[in-house]
Amino acid sequence: MAYSDKVLDHYENPRNVGTLDKNDPHVGTGMVGAPACGDVMKLQIKVNDSGIIEDAKFKTYGCGSAIASSSLVTEWLKGKSLDEAAQIKNSAIAEELALPPVKIHCSVLAEDAIKAAVADLKAKQTDKEVA
Amino acid sequence: MTVKTPIYLDYSATTPVDARVAEKMIPYLTEHFGNPASRSHSFGWVAEKAVENAREEVAKLVNADPREIIWTSGATESNNLAIKGAAHFYSGKGKHIITVQTEHKAVIDPVRELERLGFEATFLQPEPNGLLDLEKFKAAIRPDTVLASVMLVNNEIGVIQDIEAIGNLCREHGIIFHVDSAQATGKVAIDLEKLPVDLMSFSAHKTYGPKGIGALYVRRKPRVRLEAQMHGGGHERGLRSGTLATHQIVGMGEAFRIAREEMELENARIRRLRDRLLSGLQDIEEVYVNGDLKQRVPHNLNISFNFVEGESLIMAVKDIAVSSGSACTSASLEPSYVLRALGRSDELAHSSIRFSIGRFTTEEDIDYTVALMKSKIGKLRELSPLWEMHLEGIDLSKVEWAAH
Repeated sequence: MAYSDKVLDHYENPRNVGTLDKNDPHVGTGMVGAPACGDVMKLQIKVNDSGIIEDAKFKTYGCGSAIASSSLVTEWLKGKSLDEAAQIKNSAIAEELALPPVKIHCSVLAEDAIKAAVADLKAKQTDKEVA
Repeated sequence: MTVKTPIYLDYSATTPVDARVAEKMIPYLTEHFGNPASRSHSFGWVAEKAVENAREEVAKLVNADPREIIWTSGATESNNLAIKGAAHFYSGKGKHIITVQTEHKAVIDPVRELERLGFEATFLQPEPNGLLDLEKFKAAIRPDTVLASVMLVNNEIGVIQDIEAIGNLCREHGIIFHVDSAQATGKVAIDLEKLPVDLMSFSAHKTYGPKGIGALYVRRKPRVRLEAQMHGGGHERGLRSGTLATHQIVGMGEAFRIAREEMELENARIRRLRDRLLSGLQDIEEVYVNGDLKQRVPHNLNISFNFVEGESLIMAVKDIAVSSGSACTSASLEPSYVLRALGRSDELAHSSIRFSIGRFTTEEDIDYTVALMKSKIGKLRELSPLWEMHLEGIDLSKVEWAAH
């Protein structure tokens, strides 16, 4: 299969690979996908006190398009509020990376990972408020 | 180290035509272009002689009578002709077929087609090492079983089935026995005078011959009957009509002659290369060989690199031409059905690479491959959340994944 230059770039030089402390109250973690399906994406975001995402890290088990999709969103997430982050659509990811139809599910997974990370962080913050 | 990249390690998908084969074919495209079925002039006679010489060469490799060899367009057609042809011819005796889940699609799909036409089929699951348990085969035999089809060498994992034992069981029960040998010629010795096999499929392009030509062995004693699947001029004793592709046939004959003469030396050399590849890759943690390592052709090494996804791995190692699953299905996102039939977990099935070594593979190619795999596996595991969880001691089979 022929990959676009952008997929190849992210695949060969993935941005923001790594792990944040998942117990940190400022860190939200989203893990989506399943090994059985051939993709697992772990996306983490860290917000500052004003609720802006200041860091994002990922690790992905999956094809080149899945790795590129998650690498790309870590770049996009930085500097965004949680609500802005939750607005990122899979279609934008697919368009930016010129994903072929058979790889659209990779961009869907990346969108799901963002939503899961945001939800995790919001849940943590609600818990804190309740406490 | 001077190696020419990309390095071809996908000989089970196809092989290059040996230069000696190509040279022998060319005159039959230009100079000796006659139709082998033309009986009235020397153009036809020359072509017919070449076709019959080639038939003899194919027969010699497998110790058969040349009259038992039928030309086809390849192993897929041979499998279709054997399976559909025998099932239909003997359908008056019964309509049950036995085959194996790890067969090539060119066997599975014709059997599925017969199911649509009212036949019943049993798809046996092999043992975790890829080999068939004879007791399970025996247990699957019914009074109405007319046909069994079991491949000699598996295309994905290279394991060699015990065709002799399975054939003996078929003989005892009067079952026609078909064997797909597309991946076996030039790799394992085949003696059809001794083997209790009724029908056997061959391909040229897996054995350094051209694509588009194959053959079907049809036993004469005891005689095996088939219903033709291709009707026309009544070529090949009425079993497969169509003008013979003389140049392709000449190529297959020459390729099989070379295989017969060089098989022993070549296999010893390939075994040394395979051992070198295996011992190099086994330095990497969490690697699993798929399929039995002993009852296997040395040409094939199918390995799962746990916690690394196969497609991204193939992308990472683009300097080597290998495949993940079989080439025929690698366009799909499904993990290999062969590995799944062995009971491999989905993630191990997704993480598999088939290395297949051949006539032109060198020691330098192998060393380059091992070094490349080591570095790329390390890189991809750095990226893998599954590897991280594994290092943390998490049992991945116990995690509740959000399947999508």
